[in-house]
Amino acid sequence: MSSDWQVKYKSSVKDPGTSGILKIREGMLLFAPNDPDSNSKLKVLTPNIKSQKYTKEGSNKPPWLNLTNKQERSHIFEFVNYQDMHSCRALITKALAKCEEEPKKPAVSTSADQLSIADLQLRFKVLKENSELQRLHKEFVESKVLTEDEFWATRKKLLGKDSIRKSKQQVGLKSMMVSGIKPSTDGRTNRVTFNLTSEIIFQIFAEKPAVRQAFINYVPSKMTEKDFWTKYFRAEYLYSTKNTAVAAAEAAEDEELAVFLKPDEILAQEARQKIRRVDPTLDMEADQGDDYTHLMDHGIQRDGTMDVVEPQSGQFKRSLLQDLNRHAAVVLEGRNIDVDSEDTKMVAEALARVKQVSKANGETNKDANQERLARMSRLAEMEDLQAPQNFPLAPLSIKDPRDYFESQQGSVLNEPRGAGTRKRNVHEAYGLLKESILEIRTKGLSNPLIKPEVASEVFSSLTRTISTAKNIIGKNPRESFLDRLPKSTRDEVLHHWTSIQELLKHFWSSYPITTTYLHTKVGKLKDAMSNSYSQLEAMKESVQSELRHQLSLLVRPMQQALDAAFQHYDADLQRRTAKSARGSGGEANGRV
Amino acid sequence: MIFKIEDVTVYFPYDNIYPEQYEYMVELKRALDAKGHCLLEMPTGTGKTIALLSLITSYRLSRPDSPIKLVYCTRTVHEMEKTLGELKILHDYQVSHLGAQAKILALGLSSRKNLCVNPKVLAAENRDSVDAACRKRTASWVRALAAENPNVELCDYFENHEKAAENALLPPGVYTLEDLRAFGKNRGWCPYFLARHMVQFANVIVYSYQYLLDPKVAGIISKELQKETVVVFDEAHNIDNVCIEALSVSVRRVTLEGANRNLNKIRQEIDRFKASDAGRLRAEYNRLVEGLALRGDLSGTDQWLANPALPNDILKEAVPGNIRRAEHFVHVLRRLLQYLEGRLDTENVEKESPVSFVSSLNSQAGIEQKTLKFCYDRLHSLMMTLEITDTDEFLPIQTVCDFATLVGTYARGFSIIIEPYDERMPHIPDPILQLSCHDASLAIKPVFDRFQSVVITSGTLSPIDLYPRLLSFNPVVSRSFKMSMTRDCICPMVLTRGSDQLPVSTKFDMRSDPGVVRNYGKLLVEMVSVVPDGVVCFFVSYSYMDGIIATWNETGILKEITQQKLVFFETQDVVETTLALDNYRRACDCGRGAVFFSVARGKVAEGIDFDRHYGRLVVMFGVPFQYTLSKILLARLEYLRDTFQIKEGDFLTFDALRQAAQCVGRVIRSKADYGMMIFADKRYSRHDKRSKLPGWILSHLRDAHLNLSTDMAIHIAREFLRKMAQPYDKTGTMGRKTLLTQEDLEKMAETGVQDMVY
Repeated sequence: MSSDWQVKYKSSVKDPGTSGILKIREGMLLFAPNDPDSNSKLKVLTPNIKSQKYTKEGSNKPPWLNLTNKQERSHIFEFVNYQDMHSCRALITKALAKCEEEPKKPAVSTSADQLSIADLQLRFKVLKENSELQRLHKEFVESKVLTEDEFWATRKKLLGKDSIRKSKQQVGLKSMMVSGIKPSTDGRTNRVTFNLTSEIIFQIFAEKPAVRQAFINYVPSKMTEKDFWTKYFRAEYLYSTKNTAVAAAEAAEDEELAVFLKPDEILAQEARQKIRRVDPTLDMEADQGDDYTHLMDHGIQRDGTMDVVEPQSGQFKRSLLQDLNRHAAVVLEGRNIDVDSEDTKMVAEALARVKQVSKANGETNKDANQERLARMSRLAEMEDLQAPQNFPLAPLSIKDPRDYFESQQGSVLNEPRGAGTRKRNVHEAYGLLKESILEIRTKGLSNPLIKPEVASEVFSSLTRTISTAKNIIGKNPRESFLDRLPKSTRDEVLHHWTSIQELLKHFWSSYPITTTYLHTKVGKLKDAMSNSYSQLEAMKESVQSELRHQLSLLVRPMQQALDAAFQHYDADLQRRTAKSARGSGGEANGRV
Repeated sequence: MIFKIEDVTVYFPYDNIYPEQYEYMVELKRALDAKGHCLLEMPTGTGKTIALLSLITSYRLSRPDSPIKLVYCTRTVHEMEKTLGELKILHDYQVSHLGAQAKILALGLSSRKNLCVNPKVLAAENRDSVDAACRKRTASWVRALAAENPNVELCDYFENHEKAAENALLPPGVYTLEDLRAFGKNRGWCPYFLARHMVQFANVIVYSYQYLLDPKVAGIISKELQKETVVVFDEAHNIDNVCIEALSVSVRRVTLEGANRNLNKIRQEIDRFKASDAGRLRAEYNRLVEGLALRGDLSGTDQWLANPALPNDILKEAVPGNIRRAEHFVHVLRRLLQYLEGRLDTENVEKESPVSFVSSLNSQAGIEQKTLKFCYDRLHSLMMTLEITDTDEFLPIQTVCDFATLVGTYARGFSIIIEPYDERMPHIPDPILQLSCHDASLAIKPVFDRFQSVVITSGTLSPIDLYPRLLSFNPVVSRSFKMSMTRDCICPMVLTRGSDQLPVSTKFDMRSDPGVVRNYGKLLVEMVSVVPDGVVCFFVSYSYMDGIIATWNETGILKEITQQKLVFFETQDVVETTLALDNYRRACDCGRGAVFFSVARGKVAEGIDFDRHYGRLVVMFGVPFQYTLSKILLARLEYLRDTFQIKEGDFLTFDALRQAAQCVGRVIRSKADYGMMIFADKRYSRHDKRSKLPGWILSHLRDAHLNLSTDMAIHIAREFLRKMAQPYDKTGTMGRKTLLTQEDLEKMAETGVQDMVY
C-alpha cells in the first residue's frame, strides 16, 4: 500500500503552504517537499493520527485534508483535486483501522487469559474511579489471595460497558408531527427554504411509503436528491394551499410530482393487510360488511344526524386527520431500523426492507392470531367479580420501619454471647422485681406496692437496655454508634466489612470443590479469612474500653459469618479426607 | 356461583355478583315468567350482558320440557364478538357444573363478507361484491351449468357443504365468527351457509339488529324462528332510529341513472332469452298467474334480500296482470323512472304524504298503487328467471323497486321529501327524493307480535317511559336500576367556562368563535398533562371536528397536546378508523398514552368501549343536537307530536342527551374501573338539559361540579385521580354491600333483597 500525491503542506490554515509529495508507507505518512532545502519535511506515524477532517466537495474551498495527531497538532494538505484527496483519505482510514487492531495482538499473545488492552484499561479505569475497589484489589490480588480474573469475574457488570452500549435503548420518535417543517422565508424574495434533518427524512419515509419508494426509484438515477426534495415540498405546498384544481393540473404535467400527490397505494395495501389482524372487538369494517340497512340509498340520508363533509374532490385531497393518524401509527411502531446514517438512500432502503419482512411475518404469523384471541377472552371477563387470581399472601404492612428492623434483629439481641454487662443488668433488675413480689407474697400488700427506688431502678435499667440496643444497631443514622467511633477505627470496620464480604463471596462460590484449582483457592481464602478474623480481634482489643462492647456487637456478625465459613471448611475438609481415605482404602482393597 | 331465583337455579360464572345484577335477573325472570316484554335500564359497567345471558340460559335449563331459544341482537359485529366471548365463559362454567346436559349451540351470524373463507370470493372489495362473487359460484343455475361444463368455477366449500347435506352440523359449543370460519376451513364447509342452516337448531343466536328489524334481511334469515324465543336488544337506546332507518329509502340522480342502465341490461337479457329459451319466460308468467309465493321454494343460495315491506303487509295475492310479462314490467319501471326524474327536477323543497304521491304517480305515469306494491317481488322474480348473478351491479334498480314497494304499501307513518340540495351546502346541487319512515313502531311491531318475550335493555334509556310510546308496546316490566357504587368511581363535571372565564358552547352562534375554540383547546392541553393513559374526546359533528382540529393545528394547540400524548382520529373511512383505534389501544397499553378524537353519533361512539386505561377521561365538546333545520327531522317531529304528543323540544333534548350519555358512558366497564366525564358546554348546566341524563350519571354529578371553569376542572381531576389510586375494599363499605358472595345471596333469599342492598 503505497501512493504518492502532489500536495501543498500547511502547518496552519494561514500558511501559504509548501508544495511537495505526500506518500503513504507502511505505518507512516511522509511528506517530502519539492524544495529539498525546505525544513518542512514531515513524518507522521499513522497510529498517532487522531482525527481527519476534510473540506466538502461542492463547497468553494480547495480540497484540504486536515490531520490532527495526538499532540493536537494539525497538518493540512491541500490536494490538487478532490479525487486525490478522497483516495488518500481512504488509504489513511484503512491504515488507521489496521493499527487500531494491532495493539490487541500482543495482548492476545502475552496474556494467557486473552485480555485485550482495552479490557485492561477499562479495569484500571474502574479501579481508579472506585477507591474502595482499588483497596480490595490491592489487598487480595496483589497478595495473591485471589487472581486477577477471580477478582473481576464477580464484577462483570462494572466491565460490561460494551454490552451496555450495544443494548442501548433506541430512542423512540417524538409524538409531535414533524410536518411542522414550516418553510422559512427571507421576507424579501419569494424564495422559501426548508430545513431537512435526517430525523425528518426518516419520518417522511416512514409515514409516506410512496415517497420512500419514489426516492429509491428516482434518486440518483433520474434526479438528484436535492431535486427530489424540492419536488416533494412543491407537492406539500400544493396540499397546503388546498387548491385541488392546481394540484391536479400540475400532477398532469409532471408525473414525478404526481407520485407525491396521489393517494399512497402502499399505505392502502398495508391497511388492508392490517385490518385482517385487528382486534375483532374493534373491527368496524366487519360492521359495515354486515349492514344491510344502509344498502345504497337505503336508510335515512339527510335527517341531520350525520353531517356530510364536502365531497372529497378526487384523488388530490388528503386530510390533516389522516396525516395525524398515520404519524401516530409510525411513532408507535418506533424506530425499527438500525441504520443511523446520514445517507438518505440507505435509510430508505432499510425501511423498505423492514416493511417487507414484517409483511412476510404478518402473513405467516399464526401465533399473533392465537395471542389476539387469548387476549380477547381475557378481556371478556369481569375482573372484579372474579376471585382474586393471585395466591394468598400475607400482606406486608410496616407501620413503623424501625419496629420492623428491630424485630429482625431480635435474634441477634437474644444471642447469649457478648451481651454480658447488659444482661446482668436486666437480670439484676428482674431479680429486684422478683424479690419484691416475693415480699408481697409473704407480707401481703403493703403501701407502696413496690418500693419506689426498686421501681425506678427496674424502669431505668430496662429503658437503658432498649435505648442502647437501638443505638448499637445504628438505625438512627444521626445517632449511629459508628459516628461515635474514631474515624480510623470506623474506616477500618467498614473496610473489614467489604473485604470479608468479598472473601466470603469467593469462598462460598467455590463450593462444591470439584477441582484442585478450587481447592487451593479455598485454602488461600481460608488463610486470608483467619487473618482478618484475628485482625478483628486485635481491633476490638485496641479500641477504648467504653466503645469496646458496642464495637464487639458490630464485629460479631462478621465473626459469625466467618465462623460459619470456617466450620463449613473444616467439615468439608473432614469429609473429603474421610472420603479420600476410604477411596484409597477401597483402592487398596481392590488391589489386594 | 350457583344460586336460586325463585324456582330457577342460576349458574353465574363468577364468584361474586353485583347486587344490581341480581336484581336485574329477578326482574328479567319475572318478565320471562309472564311471557311478556320488558324494558330494563342498567348503567354500563355493571355486567348487563353476563347477567342477561346467565339468567336466560339458566332459565332454559330449568325448563327442559319447553326450551326457549335466545336471540341476542347487538348493534355491531364487534359487540357480537364480545357477547359471544362472555357466553363462552358462561358456557364453560355451566358445562363444568352440569356436564353434557348444559351444552348448547350458540353462534354468531353475519354477512358473507365476514364469514366467507373462499379466498377468491374474499378478494372482492366490498360487501355487495362479495355477495355477488358468492352467488356467481353457488347459484342453482350456475351449479346446474357446472355439471355439464367443467370450466364453470364453483366454490369447493359450498359444494362440500352441500354434499354433507343433513350431516353438515355444528357440534354444540359457542362459536364466534372467527370460530365459525376456523371450523368451516377445517371441515371444508362453507361457514356462511352452515351458520344459516344451523340457525334453526341453535339455542342462542347472536346477530345484529337488522336481522330482525329490517324486513329485507329478516325475511330471509329470521323467518323460521319459533314463538318460544326470547329476543334481546342490547344497547337499545337507539332502537327507534334503527327501526325508522330500516324502512327508509331515498332516490338520487345517480340511482336513476344506474337504474336506467340496469333496465337496458335487463331488456337485452330478455331479448336474448326470447331468442334462445322462450319457455323460461313463459313458465315464469304462468307461475306469476298462480300467485305462488316467490321466496318459499327457492334454494338458500338463490335467496336475495327480501321484500322491504313487512311480511304481514304483503298481500297474498297474484301479481297484477299488467306486470306479469317481463317486457311490460320493464315498461312500467321505465315510466316510474321517468316520473321520478321529473320530480327530482325541482327548485324547492317539497313534502308530500305517500297517499298523494301515489295518486299523482297514478295520474301522471299511469302506475297503480297495487302495481307499485309488487315491484320488488316482480323484479326479484325476473332476475331469477334471467339468471342474473352479479347482483351488486343491479343495486340501483333494486333501490327504486324498494322505494316503489314501500310507497305502495304504507299510507301512514311516512312522508316523501324532495330536496334540491343539502341545506347545509346550498351551493352543491344534489337533488334527492326521500321516503322516510317516522314511526319506529312499524318495523318492530312484528317482532313484538311474533315472539314471546322481547327484552329491550341499555345503559341509557332515560326517560324510560318514552320508549314504550315510541315503539308502542306494553312492557310487563319496566325498570331503571341504580348503580351501587363501592366508591365514586365516576366523576362527571359540567364545564361552562374556559380558562379565561368566558362561556364555552357549541351553540350555533358561538361555535366558530375563536375564543371558544381556544378555550376548548386549552382544556384539553391541561387535561392531557394531568390524566394518565387514554383520553377520549367527542365532538358534535365531523365538520366541527375537522374545523377545530385545523384551527388547533394552526395555533399550536395540537402540538402542545402531542407533546403529552399521541393523537388519533375517527374519520369517515372505516378502515382507517379501525386501524386508528387499534393503534390507540396499543398506545394506551404501552404506556405512551393517547387521545382519541371522535364524533357523537359516529360509529365509534356507537359501539367501542373505552374502559379501564383505554379511557380515563371523556370530554364531550358541546351538546350533540341533531341538525334541527333538516326537513326529515322536522317531519318526524311533527309526526311524533301529532301521534304521540311528544313535544319537539323535549324530543330533541332527549335525543341529544342520550347521545351524550352514550358517549361518556363508554368509560366504565366494572366497578373496579374509574373515569371522568366532562360535559363542556354551558348549556349542560341548565336543569332542563341536565335532567335528561341517566340517573346513574346524575347521582354522581355534585352541585359543586355544575358550573366549572377549566382551572377548577383540572383541580378536581387531580383530586379525583389521586383518590382513585388508593386501595379500597371491593365488597363495599359502611354496611352497603356492593359485591355479593354466595353467602350473601343465600341470606338474601331468606330476608328479601331490599334489606341487603340499600
